[in-house]
Amino acid sequence: MLYVELIAQGLIQGSIYALIALGLTLVYGLLRILHVAHAAFFTLGGYVGVVVANQTGSLAAAIVAAMIVAGLGGIVVFRLCYQPILHQPPFVPLIASIGLYIAAEELFRIVFGPSGLTYKYAFLQGEVELLGFLRFKTGELVVVFGSAAIIGVLSLLQTRTRIGVACQATVSDPQMAESFGISLSRVGDINFFVGSALAAFAGVMVSVLNNMVEPTMGSVPSYKALAIIVLGGLGSVRGTLVAALVLGVVESFGTIYLGHFLDRNAIAFAFLILVLMWRPQGLFARS
Amino acid sequence: MEYEISLATTMAISVLFALSLNLITGFCGQISLGHAAFLGVGAYTSGMLAKAGVPFLLTLPAAMLLASALGVIVGFASLRVRADFLAITTMGVGFLFVGVVRQQDALGAEMGISAIPDAGMSKFAFMLFAVLAAAAVALLSVYVRGCWMGRVFGAIAEDEDTVRVLGIDVPRFKLTAFALGTALAGLAGALYAQQLKFIAPDSFGFIESITVLSMVVVGGIGSVVGVTVSAAVLSVLPSWFQVIGDYKLLVYGGLLFLMMRFSPGGMAALVARIFHPDRWGTK
Repeated sequence: MLYVELIAQGLIQGSIYALIALGLTLVYGLLRILHVAHAAFFTLGGYVGVVVANQTGSLAAAIVAAMIVAGLGGIVVFRLCYQPILHQPPFVPLIASIGLYIAAEELFRIVFGPSGLTYKYAFLQGEVELLGFLRFKTGELVVVFGSAAIIGVLSLLQTRTRIGVACQATVSDPQMAESFGISLSRVGDINFFVGSALAAFAGVMVSVLNNMVEPTMGSVPSYKALAIIVLGGLGSVRGTLVAALVLGVVESFGTIYLGHFLDRNAIAFAFLILVLMWRPQGLFARS
Repeated sequence: MEYEISLATTMAISVLFALSLNLITGFCGQISLGHAAFLGVGAYTSGMLAKAGVPFLLTLPAAMLLASALGVIVGFASLRVRADFLAITTMGVGFLFVGVVRQQDALGAEMGISAIPDAGMSKFAFMLFAVLAAAAVALLSVYVRGCWMGRVFGAIAEDEDTVRVLGIDVPRFKLTAFALGTALAGLAGALYAQQLKFIAPDSFGFIESITVLSMVVVGGIGSVVGVTVSAAVLSVLPSWFQVIGDYKLLVYGGLLFLMMRFSPGGMAALVARIFHPDRWGTK
């Protein structure tokens, strides 16, 4: 019983990780940069979500608004911040991105205050019972099935539409793709839009579940998401999804059995380091 | 005067710490996002030993040795994984350090260690000691950069595979860089613990790692003078201007980003550009 519960909790946490990490992986696959500032869109999503929800009373409107605002923000960051430094050695965009994230976190604190915002209405707080002994909040189920649905639709779009195929082509060979008339900037825009919008969705859902939006809510997920895409083999979408779920489960078991020795974050990174020493290219690297 | 002395001590310790990272990241090109962990190892070693009655000066070698031993272990990771993978691994090491220390009651857990015994030096003597240590490390850095080992470091930073092809034992040099850099970080940590007389796990977390990295990057990766100046300035800026104190992280984050966006070579490159406009872009 305990095991099933731990696995279920791990999968819920894992699907939140997956939503965040997917954007990172899209960006890494395309540009080969570790986009630390990605988590700023998770936080931004939370803030836009709580503000819109409290104004309109509609969670759906909050989610849509958060995803659109974060998506557009992603495009701005790509165009203004990353595109001009793509030809630099990899540590340059990495450090720029860390700087951007720290500055963004401080901006949230200055604009919205350090203590955080809460929802005026209680969304998705009802409880659902499954199999007789597992109890979930409605919100937790929405997270799991919502992310599964979104990821399913995205993978269909990626293989069935012209623009999706263009994205794939760009990832596997940017120069060749460009000579076939694909605009690298537009593919970048799309990837940043989609990735940031997914992070914003995760941000809204997490803030609804905890009924709290804080300036620092992105920091731990941001470092975890980095660990996840590295585990997944950097740039591999399938690897990222599996790694996110695995990490969620490892953490939920770890906090029970190793909790007195390592805290939750340390467990995630201990797992990362162990895996990397065994397979330096990540769990599911493409050759 | 008391206040100026403590500022100067803080400055010297920051310069020492930043130069230690510069050895690894600047000279040898191995990016580290968890360098504060080694500051922490040094601080905890020195603090615990001092509380056990060991004289401060004797805790210094112990702090350096232990930090360096752990540094070599992390150095082994740099042989396994490279570039982006290494950055994330070292970040993990930083989180691991804080996560482990937080749960150890023997190390004071969340509360840290307080009331670390005095070194028996006056404040002024301690400042002189810290400044001399920082100056010695700066001289050591200049020496290392000029010697054969430093040249190999530079070559590894530039193009590791070519160095390997030339028949140079790359792992040995990388491990040396890690051993040296982390030992010096341990020294900085011991001084830090002695200056504040109080340490807690959160002082050695990711933010501290990023702060020291920003000192190195803003100064100019690999430039001894640049890093020294930027570490000295950035470490005391928050106390000089209370306004900046409140917005400290915004300023750090913004500086890091703007520096990378407009001058990836840091201040050193900016200065070089101003004084030698004809050599634009050759380096």
